[in-house]
Amino acid sequence: MSTGSVEKFQQSLSRLDTASTAVAPDELVSTVADLVEPPAVGAELPFDGLSLADAPVTLDPSPSRLSEAVTGVSGSRMGIASLGTVAVESRAEGDEFIALYPERHVVVVRASDLRTDLSDAFGWLRAEFEEDRQSFILATGPSSTGDMGALVQGVHGPEEVHVIIVRDNE
Amino acid sequence: MSESQQLDADRIRTLLESEGDEIKENTRLFNSERYNAVKAVGEGAHEDNRSQAREIKADAIERLPELIDRTRKAVEANGGTVYVADDAEDANRYLAEVADDVDADSVVKSKSMTTEEMDLNEALEADGFDVWETDLGEFVIQVAEEAPSHIVGPSLHKSREEITKLFEEEFDPDESLDSAEKLTAFAREYLGECIDDAEVGVTGANFVLAESGSIALVTNEGNARKCASIPDTHVAVAGIEKIIPSIAELEPFAELISRSATGQDIPQYLSLLTPPVDTPAIDFDSSDEPHFGNGDADRDFHLVLLDNGRREMCEDDDLRETLYCIRCGACANSCANFQSVGGHAFGGETYTGGIATGWEAGIEGNDVAAEFNDLCTGCSRCVNACPVKIDIPWINTVVRDRINRGKDPGFDDVLVDGLVPDEEEPGTSLRKRFFGNFEAVARIGSATAPLSNAVASTGPARKVMESVLGIDARRDLPAFRRTTLREWAASRESRVADPERRVALYPDVYTNYVRAERGKAAVRVLEALDCEVVVPDVGGSGRAPLSQGMIATAEKKAETVAESLLTYVEDGYDVVAVEPSDLAMFRREYEKLLPEAAYERLDGNSYEVLEYAYGLLENGADPDALPAGDGDGVAYHSHCQQRTLGLEGYTEAVLERLGYDVFTSDVECCGMAGSFGYKSEYYDLSIDVGETLADQFEGAADERTVVASGTSCMEQLDSLLSPETRHPVELLDPERQ
Ligand code: SF4
Repeated sequence: MSTGSVEKFQQSLSRLDTASTAVAPDELVSTVADLVEPPAVGAELPFDGLSLADAPVTLDPSPSRLSEAVTGVSGSRMGIASLGTVAVESRAEGDEFIALYPERHVVVVRASDLRTDLSDAFGWLRAEFEEDRQSFILATGPSSTGDMGALVQGVHGPEEVHVIIVRDNE
Repeated sequence: MSESQQLDADRIRTLLESEGDEIKENTRLFNSERYNAVKAVGEGAHEDNRSQAREIKADAIERLPELIDRTRKAVEANGGTVYVADDAEDANRYLAEVADDVDADSVVKSKSMTTEEMDLNEALEADGFDVWETDLGEFVIQVAEEAPSHIVGPSLHKSREEITKLFEEEFDPDESLDSAEKLTAFAREYLGECIDDAEVGVTGANFVLAESGSIALVTNEGNARKCASIPDTHVAVAGIEKIIPSIAELEPFAELISRSATGQDIPQYLSLLTPPVDTPAIDFDSSDEPHFGNGDADRDFHLVLLDNGRREMCEDDDLRETLYCIRCGACANSCANFQSVGGHAFGGETYTGGIATGWEAGIEGNDVAAEFNDLCTGCSRCVNACPVKIDIPWINTVVRDRINRGKDPGFDDVLVDGLVPDEEEPGTSLRKRFFGNFEAVARIGSATAPLSNAVASTGPARKVMESVLGIDARRDLPAFRRTTLREWAASRESRVADPERRVALYPDVYTNYVRAERGKAAVRVLEALDCEVVVPDVGGSGRAPLSQGMIATAEKKAETVAESLLTYVEDGYDVVAVEPSDLAMFRREYEKLLPEAAYERLDGNSYEVLEYAYGLLENGADPDALPAGDGDGVAYHSHCQQRTLGLEGYTEAVLERLGYDVFTSDVECCGMAGSFGYKSEYYDLSIDVGETLADQFEGAADERTVVASGTSCMEQLDSLLSPETRHPVELLDPERQ
């Protein structure tokens, strides 16, 4: 399976009005801290060796914390370079809520998890389905609607998305 | 059209005034975004996806019982429940039971046409539940107590100002909601609370994956994500036709659905959910407890698969294709009539646009389809737009035929005896017979011209036509020629001694009896390019009866025409047509009307006249044999069916090669569409559609020669601009004045 390039992914994200930052693994926590507008909630990342434990976010929040949060931080085990898409997985850590309630969604994706295009991403999805991981939201940019007479971002989902791409250890 | 009002001239006029502007702006935007997106991804790749998607759907519908079974097994193995509902009532009852079982007070919904079809909201409200639509468009419609006007954008007939007024009256907010941002923020907050409070979340499902028991949801706002994850109980409602085998088959649809709907490469959110999902349930009663309230509630999932007429549609050879529909709305957006009046005219109880005829006929019955089916003129612009390649015009024709046959045969048969083709049962109304058998009218009219023209155009005659036939008196009638094209051609010698190719020029009814000059021009042009030209003695292609839903008559005509033309083909002639709507019969509709071999032979050997001229020039014919354009300006309107066949480019290329400066319109249809624009109740709509074309040519018309490929288009342009529209082949005519 080929991997998509970080540059391509970032270009796609910028077309979606979505900011992105590429960092080394040891810069993750400080980057998250910079990007978070408090109060913030998070879902622990699904990656070995990368954690939000030291970041200024409440993991496993209460319903009221979740409702008040301005930022939600979660991980994505796949990104689509050609589209700027990330995958929000339905996990017990509550990724779906973290990615949905707060106005700002900060997503962490590893560079090595980038796929070239939708077709490549479907290869990944099929493999995940085989492994019995079968609930994902492929999210592309902020939520939006044209139903109120003009295009508006930030409807039931986030108004703003920021993607942190964690580069591989060299 | 929830009020199921009769579609008459007044109703159309009212809708054109009240909703036309918004509908036009929004549908045209979707339509042009679709064109752009398809171009960006590449026609070839798009076409591959369409072929794959169609194949997957055809196969899935073929083995639907098995797929329903597999879906049930998978969902149950995951811990959910599947309920196959026979009809809307059955499904509504089941949903009310589910809500009752969890002591629900309120139910939140994301957008779902299938629940619209069931009138779920009314049913649940009658049982005492609060029901909230959370898609903003649906919410607007719910507050306004209206029916959706478009499959994808249910409220796109409403302006921002109208929504502001509606919401301020309904909710009396502290601050004015005078922008789209404020309206959205208000709705987000209001509905956000409704979702948090609801016990049951109802979503649709764009696709159901049998193997894993998953659903796929396509949304932009995020409300479906919330409805599926926040209430503990999730009910997904889908027609049985939404099932595909597995995740492996989803890919082409993921490529196609948003691109076709709104021109997006992918929706904001493509949810693949295999419920019950691992996302924890939220317990808002313990709002300060970590882990989302630490509730011990289990997630509960129900998949309701609705039949409601669909299994019968599977057995119906003509309606079956409707079940491939993925509800993208492209057929509505690409439809010129829809762009003007929207779904409150062009729609039934639930569904809107061209495919609504198939859905409403299958689900509600022909009576409901009959209310709006006439609005499909068969222009065929939706054919290339549809991501699953449904022949939407054909479905409209078949249903029209069924409606004709179902009608009470009470009309005065004496008057029309000579006009009733035997194949049609007597239910076909007088007007349909008149237009359907226009060939007979033209034959008599021509034989008695110019007297027939003079009589037909008198005031009293027009009054009778209007009251008896419903032919609008504001339209000019075609003037029949005393000498037909065939007679003219028979009276002259062929001019080409040693022809490069031999052509049988098809004398369609209009070219033969009414617009003979374009036929003569075609003969001279082809001769100038070294072709021997004959004009066979052959009648109408069946286009006219087909457009009236008279399939049996059309079939008979097709057989006769094919028999005659194919003898020429056997003798080495190419068939060339001047009128695109007839060529489209040979190349598209004859597939449905003729044995396969005959269709293929004629399809492979027939050409539009400028397509043919292009081929001759490309193969060495001398362009100097034709008059040069000398940089003159041409405003060209191709014909809808010609564009569907992909043939407009040949006309442009030939004109440019001869030195013309060509400006081409980009409207989907001229609005005349054969008999449509003559009918009294549709006159205003026809003019409204035509004005878009006229507007495009307005500025250009002074300096440019206006040319159009279709007879109807020529008539529409004549009446809206000035009566000088010509067929492009007339510009090529060596004897051109
Ligand atoms: S018929 Fe085709 S174009 Fe029309 S809504 Fe269905 S899928 Fe879309």
